[in-house]
Amino acid sequence: MVNKATIITDPDSLTGKLTWDSIPLHDPVILPVMIAVILGGLALLILITKMGKWQYLWDEWFTSVDHKKIGIMYIIAAIVMLIRGFSDALMMRAQQAFATADSVGAGFLPPEHYDQIFTAHGVIMIFFVAMPLVVGLMNIVVPLQIGARDVAFPFLNSLSFWLFVVGAILINISLFLGEFAATGWLAYPPLSGIEYSPWVGVDYWLWALQISGIGTLLTGVNFFVTILRMRAPGMKLMQMPVFTWTSLCANVLIIASFPILTVTLTLLTLDRYIGTHFFTNDLGGNQMMYVNLIWAWGHPEVYILILPAFGIFSEITATFSRKRLFGYTSLVWATAAIMVLAMVVWLHHFFTMGAGASVNAFFGIATMIISIPTGVKIFNWLFTMYKGRVEFTASMWWTCSFLFTFTIGGMTGVMLAIPAADFVLHNSLFLIAHFHNVIIGGSVFGYFAGMTYWFSKATGFTLDENLGKIACALWTVGFFFAFMPLYILGFNGMTRRLNYYDNPDWAPMLWIAAFGAMIIFAGILVQLYQIYISIRDRNKNRDLTGDPWNGRTLEWTTSSPPPFYNFAIMPKIHDRDEHYYKKEHGIAYEKPDKYAPIHMPKNTWAGIVISGFSLIMGFACIWHIWWMAIFGFVGIVASWIIYSFERNKDYYVQVNEIEKIESAHLADIAEYHPISKAQS
Amino acid sequence: MTTAHHDALIDTHHEHEHHDTGGDTVFGFWIYIMSDCLLFATLFATYAVLSSSFAGQITAKELFDLNFVLGETALLLFSSFTFGMAMLYANKKQMKGMIAWLCITFLLGLSFLGMELYEFYHFSHEGATPQTSAYWSAFYALVATHGLHVFAGLIWMLVLFAHFKRDGISEENLVRLSCLSLFWHFLDVIWICVFTVVYLMGVM
Repeated sequence: MVNKATIITDPDSLTGKLTWDSIPLHDPVILPVMIAVILGGLALLILITKMGKWQYLWDEWFTSVDHKKIGIMYIIAAIVMLIRGFSDALMMRAQQAFATADSVGAGFLPPEHYDQIFTAHGVIMIFFVAMPLVVGLMNIVVPLQIGARDVAFPFLNSLSFWLFVVGAILINISLFLGEFAATGWLAYPPLSGIEYSPWVGVDYWLWALQISGIGTLLTGVNFFVTILRMRAPGMKLMQMPVFTWTSLCANVLIIASFPILTVTLTLLTLDRYIGTHFFTNDLGGNQMMYVNLIWAWGHPEVYILILPAFGIFSEITATFSRKRLFGYTSLVWATAAIMVLAMVVWLHHFFTMGAGASVNAFFGIATMIISIPTGVKIFNWLFTMYKGRVEFTASMWWTCSFLFTFTIGGMTGVMLAIPAADFVLHNSLFLIAHFHNVIIGGSVFGYFAGMTYWFSKATGFTLDENLGKIACALWTVGFFFAFMPLYILGFNGMTRRLNYYDNPDWAPMLWIAAFGAMIIFAGILVQLYQIYISIRDRNKNRDLTGDPWNGRTLEWTTSSPPPFYNFAIMPKIHDRDEHYYKKEHGIAYEKPDKYAPIHMPKNTWAGIVISGFSLIMGFACIWHIWWMAIFGFVGIVASWIIYSFERNKDYYVQVNEIEKIESAHLADIAEYHPISKAQS
Repeated sequence: MTTAHHDALIDTHHEHEHHDTGGDTVFGFWIYIMSDCLLFATLFATYAVLSSSFAGQITAKELFDLNFVLGETALLLFSSFTFGMAMLYANKKQMKGMIAWLCITFLLGLSFLGMELYEFYHFSHEGATPQTSAYWSAFYALVATHGLHVFAGLIWMLVLFAHFKRDGISEENLVRLSCLSLFWHFLDVIWICVFTVVYLMGVM
């Protein structure tokens, strides 16, 4: 709990607002976690040092510009943050299960701590779990699907990743130094203003999001250019795999919406740091402008999260139904329609603002219209399965679970899109149930499906199928137990973010919800075990052909994992399902007459170093340590300039090296899986 | 290296670099500028919402001096012209002319910034600081964001001078200059909007 004495309003010039009291040693919940994290972290550092792996990590991973490695790092970071975000979820469910009482102080979490937990849960799950999973999968898959050897700007890709890591680090520092925002995940003013949040919590939120948001914006530009300019010869736009299409649309949304986030965060920062009046109560400030701005970014953001998931389901459904995707064109246009509509529905997040009937009607109808292209997609997947030879692999389990779960979430979304209904349900648990229904049942299941599907592409071996199915079953059942009660509680009038409640009738439903969260927890444990088992048995599960699922699109023509240059010879595209076409025509895995040197970017220190200075700057700004902030900022600019003067940022891979790698792969295929003949 | 091998090398250079990286960079920079455009759009929207939120404090009409701003505008517009001249010389690979025009551009940009800072100084002396009212918060945020962009452009220009000094008008440096040129003209377009929306409409 924040001790009022620890809030420094008059920062020291050397240490800013930072004092020994900033470390929450008195908190019985945080202290053990802090000790565990410090000991665990130390153990990890010592282990790496003992094994002498620092050089390896630096050379092969930290400075890597290889999109596949960056993708893997994104996903590892996301899994770590998922554990943190899910711990928050368990604490909230536990708190509400115990907190039936008519006074503050029920349950085991004091209000200020509880408020930080629900804020951290939302921020972490959206920005530091869902986003890195999306971007990670895009990194691994998109260049392979379009026949590119890397992304358009490999250095910026590395920089994007490390800026995201800086955001994640800042969020985690807030747990042990100071506090995190206690404002809800979008930090509405005036609560997030300096008057009501005088300490550093909101500042952690601001700088973590600002820094990682700039990384995301760079990712958007990078992948947009990559997809539009680096496709293999012959690949027309309407021949791109659907995941690439949905990623393209997601990146357009990033480019269009993240600048709004940048400005919104900056204006709130100015309000808090230099006393401007954008969102204050006095001197003309306007809080509803903040709410409009943050949702003008926030609504496109949810489509950034869901569109790539739709792409993943499309790839999986076609592959495991052993059919061409039904209605490719309609699916692409549905995606584009959602992309456009995503920009004109933001006001449905605050129908209760008082904008009047006409404005609410416009945004209500626009919101309902989105369900049409989304419905088109559902039918695309269903009709792809119809009369297909459906093979129920683990990724197909996730897909089927998604179809069922997401449709329910979509329908409750249409209910909330009716302004009159929203006036009743606004800020209730019904809303919480709805958006978890679409984010878990839509996006998260999609990422898990994608991780299962493409795991071998990244690592060279497949994930254990049975454990994957068990995890999917636990997540699905757990989801329904955890969130269906919240729909009912929402109808009964329970609002969100309650630290305690005085209506004992709500308690049983909250117990069921807590039980559901435990089942999801079991699902996560199974997933971790699945990864462990799969790594242990990697020799048994090795994917020697590079095409473990009899896939259809271009990424399956490469070995698993692909060589760092991806394609020894630039593929010429004949068909939408290029790999399937080649297998059908017996021209997959042909040894080319000759190889040629390949032009590749070199690794660079610049991404991680610039991000390191951003971390220093962000941390210093949070704690008002101005000399350190200036140092960090100068470091960022200086290292970028120095990097621009570097020569030899790229090199040629020689023919004999390529020949060696390619022959090994062709030998594997010939020996283990004579799939090169048509399999249709 | 045999001739055949050599031919293959040249051949594959075409095939492998089916995209030219310089073109990618300029295209990517265009996309970045589109996103920067949205950043300014958001600031303009903010300004529009707060355009009459003087909260009983000093108003824009009382302070704006159109002649002064016209001077600023002239400096910036003219700097776009001089940058264009520098580009022409760069494309003709004439280093001296290019540097000379770039220097003029730099000085014009610097004078613009000087005038802007003087204006801010003057306004705050008259009692209009970013803290005065929501209107003035929005005013400073919008105009200073543009000013910061110009400042970044000037720093970038200095860095480019060093690049040109080291490598001359190389392909890579030409791409860099093209990007800065896009950036500079873009800032001009934004300034025209600032001039119209903030200053002209402000005194109406």
